[in-house]
Amino acid sequence: MTNRPVAYYPGCALEGTGHAYHRSTKELANALGLGLVELENWNCCGAMEVKNIDPKLQTYLSARNLAISEKMGFETVMAPCNGCYHNLKKAEYDLTHDKTSQEVVERLSKKAGHAAYRAGSVRTLHVLEWLKEAIGEEGLKARVKNSLKGLKVANYYGCMYTRPRHIFPEKDKGPGSESTSKPHFMDDLLAAAGAENVEYPLKTACCGGAHTLSDSDTSTKLVLNLLTTAEACGADVIATECPTCHSGLEMHQVRAEKVLGRKTTVKILYFTQLLGMALGLSARKVGVHENISDSRALLKARGLG
Amino acid sequence: MPIHEKSLIRPENLITHEELVIDEVNVSGHWSTFIQPRVVTDYDERLQEEIAALPGGENIHRCWQCGSCTNSCTVNAINPDFNPRYWIYLIRLGMKEELVRDKEIIWQCVSCNKCTYACPRDVNPEGVMKATARWLELKGYTEKKPSAIFDEEFSAQVFAKGRIEEGRLLQRFFARTRQKLLQDWLVELARRLFSRLPLMLMMKLGWASLFHPRTRGWRKARAAIADYVAECEAMERQVLGLNGKGPSS
Repeated sequence: MTNRPVAYYPGCALEGTGHAYHRSTKELANALGLGLVELENWNCCGAMEVKNIDPKLQTYLSARNLAISEKMGFETVMAPCNGCYHNLKKAEYDLTHDKTSQEVVERLSKKAGHAAYRAGSVRTLHVLEWLKEAIGEEGLKARVKNSLKGLKVANYYGCMYTRPRHIFPEKDKGPGSESTSKPHFMDDLLAAAGAENVEYPLKTACCGGAHTLSDSDTSTKLVLNLLTTAEACGADVIATECPTCHSGLEMHQVRAEKVLGRKTTVKILYFTQLLGMALGLSARKVGVHENISDSRALLKARGLG
Repeated sequence: MPIHEKSLIRPENLITHEELVIDEVNVSGHWSTFIQPRVVTDYDERLQEEIAALPGGENIHRCWQCGSCTNSCTVNAINPDFNPRYWIYLIRLGMKEELVRDKEIIWQCVSCNKCTYACPRDVNPEGVMKATARWLELKGYTEKKPSAIFDEEFSAQVFAKGRIEEGRLLQRFFARTRQKLLQDWLVELARRLFSRLPLMLMMKLGWASLFHPRTRGWRKARAAIADYVAECEAMERQVLGLNGKGPSS
């Protein structure tokens, strides 16, 4: 267990549509006594778009953020957004293995007037990995004031937390490590907070987030499948750990209802919101009212928030 | 011999003869459908090289056609015509005409990376899909697809300011793709959200769209990125044999 503060990289989505994730992550860290220091003057990671212009630009964008963390003296940077996390990990991988990527990043960093990031100097963690490492299930269990007992949760991880496998060398390392085919870190944490996790086969299925607006019919189909499957598995709530997945599920839940006439009632909450409430924080404090999917009545009925 | 799997053959390649006798055997009518004989002579030997020159396409030559990509594909599960293995096959053989037939769907890859995860040969099929969609556009076979417009708008904001602001991105994207912003479902979404969103957050979001969030001291990074983008574009156009006078085939 380590309680050293980490650099916190919220990313663009957490300052906009994913604000509730930003808020609940900070509140959760606070309640657990874990230190977060926001990365100074960070830039966008390029999400899933910049790589389609040129993948090495995405590597540069993430390398700049890693260089800031290095400069600030942090050996760990933590990102709650799957996109940000994925891109930092991808940059780390490319800078370790690909000479051309190194050259491009060095050249661009020099022109932009900052030190080029040296591969291997900063460790990137997802908020899930950070919580598992810094507090763990036992630590969490000891702090639970308001158990999530009886709440049936489908844990949804999306694409970028586990794929492609090669950029996550620390995963799939046997007991204790995260699995790329059947991730369980969120399941572990929520179970420690008392939630009843349902067997959800679509943990790492795609929500169509990359084309959520440019090909919304495809996204609606994919999301509807995620929602109806969660309901068929008996879930009250889908727990998310990515702002793109989260807003995709929320938006296309409404779109499926309005455009296809398919109404689903499963609620969508960030796992940080659920953990926060288990620690006794109010629903408002973890930003439940900022979600589009309105789970206030359900939470109230279960004595949460 | 009658063809049992007619659905696998394009209708224009099926021939049914009303009256036909071959070697004194009457093969007229529906029971003996024939396939149009075909000799492919127009292989484009540069096709693989061109795709490989675009970002994402670099490893296409490694493919051994196992089909893991198509088998794991998210979009293929919705639309069986979306077939990455087949497109990689066509590109490697240089069957341009066949590839171009699917120009309206190749851009629909959602980048879930299931193919990249499953591929035993590190082809990076997701990257190949992006490279192919880009190739179709650069060569002028298709207009810019909505996803390419979104990528452009998103990247332009990042390159200019270092960060993006979702409100403006949405507005620009809907304007450029000529969709109305006030679609029923978006209005419903806003209604649900604003019915309980506190004033402070609304003000904050409004503030963000008025004063675009930006990374401080980004000017030099912006210039460095612009130079690099211009370099890449020039190189791509050269490899694709585009003379700088706009897309051509």
